[in-house]
Amino acid sequence: MKRYILPLGGFAVLLVFLGIGLRLKPQEIPSPLVGKRAPEFSLTQVGDARETFRSTDMRGKVWVLNVWASWCGPCRAEHPALLELSKLKVVPVVGLNYNDQRGDSQRWLNEFGNPYQATAFDGDGKTGIEFGVYGVPETFVIDKQGLIRLKLTGGLTSAQIKEQLLPLIQELNHG
Amino acid sequence: MVSRWRVAVLLLWAAIASADDAALERRVTHVAEQLRCLVCQNQSIADSHAQLALDLKRETRLQLSQGKSEQQVIDFMVQRYGDFVLYRPPFKAATWILWLGPFALLAAGVATLLYQLQRRAGSGEYEQ
Repeated sequence: MKRYILPLGGFAVLLVFLGIGLRLKPQEIPSPLVGKRAPEFSLTQVGDARETFRSTDMRGKVWVLNVWASWCGPCRAEHPALLELSKLKVVPVVGLNYNDQRGDSQRWLNEFGNPYQATAFDGDGKTGIEFGVYGVPETFVIDKQGLIRLKLTGGLTSAQIKEQLLPLIQELNHG
Repeated sequence: MVSRWRVAVLLLWAAIASADDAALERRVTHVAEQLRCLVCQNQSIADSHAQLALDLKRETRLQLSQGKSEQQVIDFMVQRYGDFVLYRPPFKAATWILWLGPFALLAAGVATLLYQLQRRAGSGEYEQ
């Protein structure tokens, strides 16, 4: 009996490690930008190339920056949740249209609805690099001082909005 | 005569420019090989053809051509993407187990083996 203890123990340790491994999400890489100042940018808008969106105009407000693209499947999936969020009118939602064609993104917004108060056009993805974007969609919550307080990678769900986004936004608005 | 001189100057200039380009490309590749592509996590951005890898390579080329050092470009990427973007993560509190773990396991294995061998030799299990 005693001779089985060591291999069984080893096997148990292995199981624990494999179990932890199953729960890890290698696609979710912690961003070093959380807690840091959000990169400043100034870009033309998707709807109108003569209109400029400046991130500095959002100073003093808590706001949500949602990085999306018309070619991105999960963006389509999170879209209803985003529309819901913008209907609540508790926070300005700004879009960053990443690595896209202006015509495609405009069509996409026309077809599926526009949750964004403004959509900055980042056609070559340079602003995306500043934000450490590696996959779309990504969602940032930026506070009144311009600090990034939360970054969510992947499609936003109604549950995430209810449990993570809204409480944080409320807290930041009162703080 | 004038036009021949002009051709010669142009040729020389082109030769210098292409040598410069080749040197720049080598530096871009050298940096790109050290950076992990975050969408296809087991490839470096030098190997990957993902859009993000192409964008990061373009950014690397731009910054190197502006006179930044390779280390400055790598620091730029780490500031935005974190240590994860490095194929060779730095040795620090969060990563020591990654660096030392395999050696610790090897040492534990060798110790167990030696212990077992010694015990068997002592018990005379294999002696006829």
